[in-house]
Amino acid sequence: MDTLYVLSQLVNGLKLGSVYAMVAIGYSIVYGILRLINFAHGDIMTVAVYTILSLVTIFGLPLWMSIGASVVMAVVVGLIAERTAYRPLRAAGEETTLVSSLAVSIFLQNLMMMIFSPQRKAFHLPENLTFLHNFNGIRLSTMNIITFIAVIVILVILTFVIKRTRVGMAMRACSDNMDASRLMGININHVVVIAFIIGSSLAALSGLMLAGEYKTIDPMMGFVPGLKAFCAAVLGGIGSLGGAVLGGFVLGVAEMLFAGLMPTEITPYRDAFVFVVLILVLMVRPNGILGSREGGRS
Amino acid sequence: MLEVTDLRVKYDTIRVIHGVSLNVREGELVALIGANGAGKSTILKTLSGLLKPESGEILFNGQPIGGLACHKIVQQGIVQVPEGRQIFSKMTIKENLRLGAFLEVSRKRWEQNLERVFTLFPILKERYHQVAGTMSGGEQQMLAIGRALLSNPRLLLLDEPSMGLSPLMTEQVFDVLRTLKQEGITMLLVEQNAYDALEISDRTYILETGTITLEGDSRRLINDPGVKQAYLGGV
Repeated sequence: MDTLYVLSQLVNGLKLGSVYAMVAIGYSIVYGILRLINFAHGDIMTVAVYTILSLVTIFGLPLWMSIGASVVMAVVVGLIAERTAYRPLRAAGEETTLVSSLAVSIFLQNLMMMIFSPQRKAFHLPENLTFLHNFNGIRLSTMNIITFIAVIVILVILTFVIKRTRVGMAMRACSDNMDASRLMGININHVVVIAFIIGSSLAALSGLMLAGEYKTIDPMMGFVPGLKAFCAAVLGGIGSLGGAVLGGFVLGVAEMLFAGLMPTEITPYRDAFVFVVLILVLMVRPNGILGSREGGRS
Repeated sequence: MLEVTDLRVKYDTIRVIHGVSLNVREGELVALIGANGAGKSTILKTLSGLLKPESGEILFNGQPIGGLACHKIVQQGIVQVPEGRQIFSKMTIKENLRLGAFLEVSRKRWEQNLERVFTLFPILKERYHQVAGTMSGGEQQMLAIGRALLSNPRLLLLDEPSMGLSPLMTEQVFDVLRTLKQEGITMLLVEQNAYDALEISDRTYILETGTITLEGDSRRLINDPGVKQAYLGGV
């Protein structure tokens, strides 16, 4: 086993990790405010990907326009779910909305199956995005590079928004103490809607990146990456954006190293391995790698 | 200023407020006292919009506000210092105060209000950049009151500001309330600490299991043998 191979597996891990990181940021923002584990988050990615595919193949729209439309679609679906499945149950507690989000997830998967059939479909990005650059034997597509940079840029922007702006302060206040936030005159429904807009937009973008990497899509494609991104968020310290990104990279790298370096008899268990990593980390650091000691619940 | 008529509130199916009527006039300090579980906090939560009334009318300066969303009620100038302080414990004192002024549009007024709060509570100036959760209970109460003052309250609702505080701290909190009263701030004070509440307030309502059983001038009530017996340790 040569170093180049290990190195390229590491890079593959970073590729996968940046997709997880992107999804995990969205998870973390919604969770931070509502303590809602939104299982439907991954399926919003699926909706976005099918939106792109239909607009490009059926209506012949240019890719950039379809991506824009997919973000809008993801936001609309996310907001409908919030309004119909989460908001009415908000007072009922976290367990109830968690079950409700599972229902939304199953609903979206089946809706996609009904509309687009359960068959896998090919998903090809234009060649200028899939072009492979060769860095001393390590190959990266233009899309991989864009994804990696996008994650960092989004992390920086969102961190700035949350730390420095009025709406960010309202988001942190809601995350800290919901009832007190209401007593300050904060319209918490606005804050929740903003969180869902951010989360769903990021889900749409990460769906595009995932589909571009796998080159095929199917109605169930979002669920497991969604779960892993949730693990990434928990692993990094849920509620912390930096933690979500770190968790995404750690999980992605761990998964690819496992897949690349272990004997082929056990590599099919890479999904299980990801969850084992989560359990092990939480045993040592119950609030995640960057999680605060007090108050954090995972 | 505030007029509540025949207010009823229930949690799910259990009614806890059975037709309460009370009013607060401009510049007054009105106390609402009663035992644990009488429904004092429920009334304040309903006035703030955290709970929806089942029936009855709440008028603020003649406008109905019953059942309005919380942020709309704050916009009208009804501001609550909640039970148990409810500060933003992971945020700094500065951020807590900024959140108190969340709806403030004038930078100048924010600065003036902040100066006033610093004069009332010098400790908040000292600890301005510190995380709020690290302060003692009494300091947190000061922060909760300061935070409320930054939102230009026309009516201040105080839910047990002395709860869990040492006698010395309780005394300080009541001193602050006296100062605010002199400044002409209208207040509705909920207290279990009946003696202090009666002493500081103009008028008092006594609440028992969701019903007002006695109301009147605080000076009269403080000498009332029945009140003494039930609420002031029968001295």
